[in-house]
Amino acid sequence: MNYLEFEEPIKTLREQLVQAKDIESKNDLDMTTTIVELEDKIVEVTKEIYSKLSAWQHVLVSRHPDRPYALDYMSALTNGEFMELHGDRNVKDDKAMVGGLGEINGQPVMLIGQQKGINTKMRQYRNFGMANPEGYRKALRLMKLAEKFNIPVVTLIDTPGAYPGLEAEERGQGEAIARNLIEMMQLRVPIICIIIGEGASGGALGIGIGDMVMMLEHTWYSVISPESCSSILWKSWDHKKEAAEALKLTGEDMLANKLIDGIIPEPLGGAHHNREEMYATLKSEITDYLKKLMPMDADKRIDSRIRKFSNMGVVTS
Amino acid sequence: MGWFQRNTEGITTKTTEKKEIPEGAWYKCPSCKTVVSAQEHEDALWVCQHCDHHERVGSTEYFALLFDNGKCRSLAPKMISEDPLNFTDTKSYPDRLEAAKKKTGLNDALRVASGELGGNPVVIACMDFEFIGGSMGSVVGEKIARGIDHSIKKGVPFICISKSGGARMMEAGLSLMQMAKTSAKLSMLTKAGLPYISVLTDPTTGGVTASFAMLGDLNIAEPNALIAFAGPRVVKETIGKDLPEGFQRSEFLLEHGFLDAIVPRSELKAKLDFSIRMLHASN
Ligand SMILES: [Zn+2]
Repeated sequence: MNYLEFEEPIKTLREQLVQAKDIESKNDLDMTTTIVELEDKIVEVTKEIYSKLSAWQHVLVSRHPDRPYALDYMSALTNGEFMELHGDRNVKDDKAMVGGLGEINGQPVMLIGQQKGINTKMRQYRNFGMANPEGYRKALRLMKLAEKFNIPVVTLIDTPGAYPGLEAEERGQGEAIARNLIEMMQLRVPIICIIIGEGASGGALGIGIGDMVMMLEHTWYSVISPESCSSILWKSWDHKKEAAEALKLTGEDMLANKLIDGIIPEPLGGAHHNREEMYATLKSEITDYLKKLMPMDADKRIDSRIRKFSNMGVVTS
Repeated sequence: MGWFQRNTEGITTKTTEKKEIPEGAWYKCPSCKTVVSAQEHEDALWVCQHCDHHERVGSTEYFALLFDNGKCRSLAPKMISEDPLNFTDTKSYPDRLEAAKKKTGLNDALRVASGELGGNPVVIACMDFEFIGGSMGSVVGEKIARGIDHSIKKGVPFICISKSGGARMMEAGLSLMQMAKTSAKLSMLTKAGLPYISVLTDPTTGGVTASFAMLGDLNIAEPNALIAFAGPRVVKETIGKDLPEGFQRSEFLLEHGFLDAIVPRSELKAKLDFSIRMLHASN
């Protein structure tokens, strides 16, 4: 288990708990009282810390290396019966964008999302979750496939941004994202979008147009990362905490500004502290949304999707 | 005054006087250093006659160039930004807006107007780079939305001239969602069977490229315009190498299949007129 800097008190208590259990088993002593006390204390301290996370701390939790990634969710939501589908039928198979079919509580679903790597080698293989144009085109291909067979789409968003590389530009990164936006607006099947980690800019929005757009509790969604915002507006990398506050990038702020439809609670201490609980919560949420969205008339669903996004923004006329 | 008539009748916003250079002033081309009189430069539509460098101009100039007799009616000219996120970096957002308004005489980074082009009614939206780098916030998105609504209501083509540094960071998530909003409206224009012509000018980058600028039925660019999702500096930092000559310029995008045509400013009106006649003739 990796701990973030502000989780230091939790780490200390957990280490004490391990020690206590160790002593109990090795010395045949009854440590029950100590163990129960420590367990209570861990819950109390975790609650205390997690109840008042700053915007920047949310960003750190969203990037926690132990957090579940898209493929973990895809497998768990479909009880391990997930079939990954590859390629954009044009250039290549983008490893940073994954997708495929599976059933969620008996309903076939097309799952699509950005995938990060679990170790150094895999992080490179997955390009740190930064898709190229072929990734967005693969996502669109899978959405069109889903539309053809009346299968709802669930996207799991977790990206530090679309890849800003030379070949990405050559192959039209801007066009690929733009195409997804307009196509997703008119897709005739339900779309559910869930920010499971980082929701950075156009790279996130490129699979982020949906009837329900939800954020997990400890994630962020904005037009730019706090680091890049700091470097551009403050002309220094040192203001990322202020930038995180200023960007209003937490679920609560995004909901208050009517830019998302809701927040899905995470287990105490974040999704990685209790993966099974996180998977169960997400599964039941998605099931609920599908129950609501599937019976709707497609034209009405598209109308209300368009109306929702058309209402975003604040101006004085 | 140039060879075209500058008639701003119907425009209720104060037009910028920026390009009104006193007589006897000179223009030095930043590209080839050729010096011409300001009047000659304006007569040439702010394009260097020696090296074809297209100087950046704004909505006033494009409206005067494209609308018949420069005559048009502004839609929502008084719309202004709020500061819903209470955004402050080294400066507060309201201060930045105030400074930009003062500098440009504009209310935000885009104007949209209806009028006729070659005798055909059209709606034209045009970005102003001078206003906070032509960045897209709620006003830019809402004005494009209203322009498209107007196009659909009147059954006329929509043209958008892009010129933008991308998203307006001071509106954060609200700015990001303007990409979604403009795309939502364009999907309705498509459903209505009306043409959308996107004109990409120097520079068109970031969230604007990744939404409405790349979604034209026709994507037309001025010569040598920078058109990018990630700007050249970011790409260079990412790959750690120098960028090839002409990278992310109009000619590069045409070669890679993302533009229908490159059209010099002097031919822009004629080509738009032709495109509208081709795509919208029977309506
Ligand atoms: Zn020149």
